[in-house]
Amino acid sequence: MYETTYHRAGSVADAAALLAKAEDAKLLSGGQTLLPTMKQRLAAPSDLIDVSRIAEMQGITDNGASISIGAATKHADVAGSTVVKQKLPGLAKLAGGIGDPAVRHMGTLGGSISNNDPAADYPAALLALGATITTSKRSLAADEFFTGLFETALDEDEIVVSVSFPVAQKSAYAKYPNPASRYAMAGVYVAKMGDGSVRVAVTGAGQGGVFRVPEMETALAGNFSASAVAGISVGADNLLSDIHGSNAYRANLVTVMAKRAVEAAG
Amino acid sequence: MGVDGIGARVLRKEDKRFITGKGRYTDDMTAQGMGYAAFVRSPHAHARVKSIDSSAALDMPGVDAVLTGEQLVGDGIGNLICGWMIHSKDGSPMNMGAWRALEPEIVRHVGQAVAVVIADTQAQARDAADAVVVDYEELDAVVDPVAAMEAGAPQLHPEAPNNLIYDWEIGDETATNAAFDNAAHVTRMEIYNNRLVPNPMEPRAALAIYDSAEEHHTLYTTSQNPHVARLVLSAFYAIAPEHKLRVIAPDVGGGFGSKIYIYPEEMVCLWASKKVDRPVKWVSDRTEAFLTDAHGRDHRSVAEMALDANNNITGLRVKTVANLGAYMSLFSSSVPTYLYATLLSGQYNIPAIHANVKAVYTNTVPVDAYRGAGRPEATYLVERMMETAAREVGMSPADFRRKNFITQFPHQTPVIMCYDAGDYSATLDAAMNAIDYSGFAARKAEAASRGKLRGIGMSCYIEACGIAPSAAVGSLGAGVGLWESAEVRVNPVGTIEVLTGSHSHGQGHETTFAQLITERFGIGNDQVSIVHGDTDKVQFGMGTYGSRSGAVGMSAIVKALDKVEAKAKKIAAHLMEASEGDITIEGGELKVAGTDKKLTFTEVALAAYTAHNLPAGMEPGLKEGAFYDPTNFTFPAGTYICEVEVDPETGKTEIINFVAADDFGKVINPMIVEGQVHGGLTQGIGQALLENAAYDETGQLLTASYMDYCMPRADDLPAEFKLSTHETLCPGNPLGMKGCGEAGAIGSPPAVINAITDAIGSNALSMPATPEKVWQLCRAGMQQAAE
Repeated sequence: MYETTYHRAGSVADAAALLAKAEDAKLLSGGQTLLPTMKQRLAAPSDLIDVSRIAEMQGITDNGASISIGAATKHADVAGSTVVKQKLPGLAKLAGGIGDPAVRHMGTLGGSISNNDPAADYPAALLALGATITTSKRSLAADEFFTGLFETALDEDEIVVSVSFPVAQKSAYAKYPNPASRYAMAGVYVAKMGDGSVRVAVTGAGQGGVFRVPEMETALAGNFSASAVAGISVGADNLLSDIHGSNAYRANLVTVMAKRAVEAAG
Repeated sequence: MGVDGIGARVLRKEDKRFITGKGRYTDDMTAQGMGYAAFVRSPHAHARVKSIDSSAALDMPGVDAVLTGEQLVGDGIGNLICGWMIHSKDGSPMNMGAWRALEPEIVRHVGQAVAVVIADTQAQARDAADAVVVDYEELDAVVDPVAAMEAGAPQLHPEAPNNLIYDWEIGDETATNAAFDNAAHVTRMEIYNNRLVPNPMEPRAALAIYDSAEEHHTLYTTSQNPHVARLVLSAFYAIAPEHKLRVIAPDVGGGFGSKIYIYPEEMVCLWASKKVDRPVKWVSDRTEAFLTDAHGRDHRSVAEMALDANNNITGLRVKTVANLGAYMSLFSSSVPTYLYATLLSGQYNIPAIHANVKAVYTNTVPVDAYRGAGRPEATYLVERMMETAAREVGMSPADFRRKNFITQFPHQTPVIMCYDAGDYSATLDAAMNAIDYSGFAARKAEAASRGKLRGIGMSCYIEACGIAPSAAVGSLGAGVGLWESAEVRVNPVGTIEVLTGSHSHGQGHETTFAQLITERFGIGNDQVSIVHGDTDKVQFGMGTYGSRSGAVGMSAIVKALDKVEAKAKKIAAHLMEASEGDITIEGGELKVAGTDKKLTFTEVALAAYTAHNLPAGMEPGLKEGAFYDPTNFTFPAGTYICEVEVDPETGKTEIINFVAADDFGKVINPMIVEGQVHGGLTQGIGQALLENAAYDETGQLLTASYMDYCMPRADDLPAEFKLSTHETLCPGNPLGMKGCGEAGAIGSPPAVINAITDAIGSNALSMPATPEKVWQLCRAGMQQAAE
């Protein structure tokens, strides 16, 4: 690890000010991606601004038709939350399946989506549930937030503060993990919303990161059953291919995981 | 026997320090004024080193020195050696290229060191290593060993034309060909044994301390065999004469073979500590471990098996290409030859065997022994062939094996080995009973109702352990003898220290070795210390690998104990005015049989040291040493059966049941043996399903971290391994031990693969059986069925 200067921010405004001031600063939350990258000398931020203790970024709030989760909320807290388990069990299960227990007790929602790792789990939930991301500057719909591999609509000096998840009629996530890293090789979040519309989002498989599958959404809106998506393939062309799985294999996994997510949603 | 004697499940004495964080590993050692080494490593698989500019690095804070290969060679430090000479079938010696600890001219694998920085802190050393500017001229690389032998392939070493190290053979080619000419059925397969990265929990490390007044070196290092390290460092690398070099291997966190060898980094630390006149420490990080620890396996074979009309095996013909990587590591040459092809007879009566092995240089990390070393490659080949042949001729895999089992001992195979004892039907029966083999069809049907493909596969493995009879291995090219030494020191108060040349790096020697003393003298194992891993304490030893520490290391202890017992009895007889032959030892007391006369072991020990009243002419003291050289290899064997369920939609394999029935000869501590089998099975299952060291065609290791190199986790394993042991005593050593350390890793991969191929109905599967490969085969099978 190269030398860096650590700051603990007391508020979102404080963090934003530090971010603007420093030469090449990075926000530090759970550090589950950033710190290993720094240890491998693949990243060398001049400053680390720790946002993990900022009060405005903590906690889970039940707003009736939606649940708001602070960006610094840890995966284990989301997985264990009574309100999340009651109203969005699919989201609780997703959070409980991220990485391993050590990761879940350090890693945070904001860190996960800001990094937008193409194999991360949360982006699929945000996109499928049509979540709204509140930042230090504005509100963004999930559809506009995730812009590409490791890329988001966030400005350089913008900080995710919380995410609001609409409560779905039913929803579930199914993923097939990479055997080595246990990141998703294909993770599919399926949500049937209160108005009967269905959204399907896929993580882990796309060359451009998380994406929606309109054909599955239409099919499921008409018939919310596994058989409705069994014959639908996203096609291999725009999917990732690596030593763990070809794009053809990932295309198959997307269909299989979509079926299993629908079954899990009930 | 005492309660903690042979056969008792004694809890591990060493675990208190390990599980309370009090273990003392090489990285825990410090020395006054210690500096840290960081290596400058090649990013290229094959390149000419045009220049090395250290000026910027030398100006950085805390930097003491930047040393290069030119200086190393200039100081007369020797090249790394390979300690086993193999001759090609034409009689010519193997073609070995030069391997320097720091390469001054041509780097041959990614990660090879070209320079070392010594600095005050580890961070400073690493920063400065980044600042050393090396100008490389890239050369074409070759990573595929078959391609490496082709005309026009990049050449690694001028000494090895076409990158061929040797072209070796074993067995009777004419007789084998005749068996095929007369065969009623021939089974043929191409078999790949995947390359593995050892991954011990503790990475390699070294702390080298030079005392300029005494001209004496001390090396703390992660070694499985510190005496061999000292011998090689002295005799071949000219670091220092043996009496001026102390090598200490303290607590070592796993080895699996990868810590047998002398590596460049440890050598460089020794040399550098004298050069800069300060202690030098180096601790490998995990990336360095992937790029420099000797890899394992990597065999490509074509195998053919000839059967007669009655399904008796009449011949086995094997051609293997072994990828040895960029350099010949210490025992690399022996692994694909005498540790591999000599086991191609398996548990079977095969009248004619011929094997040809070509060993090849490629631009990859050197390959050497890894848990099992040659024997897993042989077992995987033989057991996949057995399963395949049985299917082809329509016999049950169990019946086909049983029909061809060796049942008479001793049995001379056509490939050197003479099996001394075994009961292969007993372990096959035990394994089949344990897994309820006859109930499999019902379980398969039940799984099918859930959309799962269930399969069952077996493996009847044999291995050669107890490495090794010195004269025999000497005649085959080994540069060392493979005996073991022991010294038993009885203290005046009757406590005992046992000095052994074996080295424990996870095996639990401090417990099992003490059980021998408890068994013999009836004293508690808390009265016994096992001393190992320090060349200043233990005079000499050959270390721990090849499942040898029981059969060879403990046999040396038994010999020394015989001498101690004899002397103690003489003293006791003298003191109690009895005949020596009437003295018995029981519960820590020496008794005169048939009387109530007795002395405690402590009283006899004290008498030996006060020497006030010893038999005439007897030397004082009670301390005896022994060297034990085995008369033959030992032959652990057994049957493993694996039952899997495959999800045809994803190709994921789940191991539902796994049973192991092993014959390890005499078992000293069943709990420790079970632990060894659990670990071995886990590594074997890792090889079968998960692990693979993959290179791209330019020689970059694609799986250089745990993000991509898949280690087995608890949830990759069945909920339970059902284990049993079935003892036939090895006639070649005093306790009848065979060895248990590698069996799990040797026997399990073919059981897993045979189970999957049974489940999916396709045999075209290679290791690791990744979900995608299995899915592709399932899909092809379904398409075929549809057509």
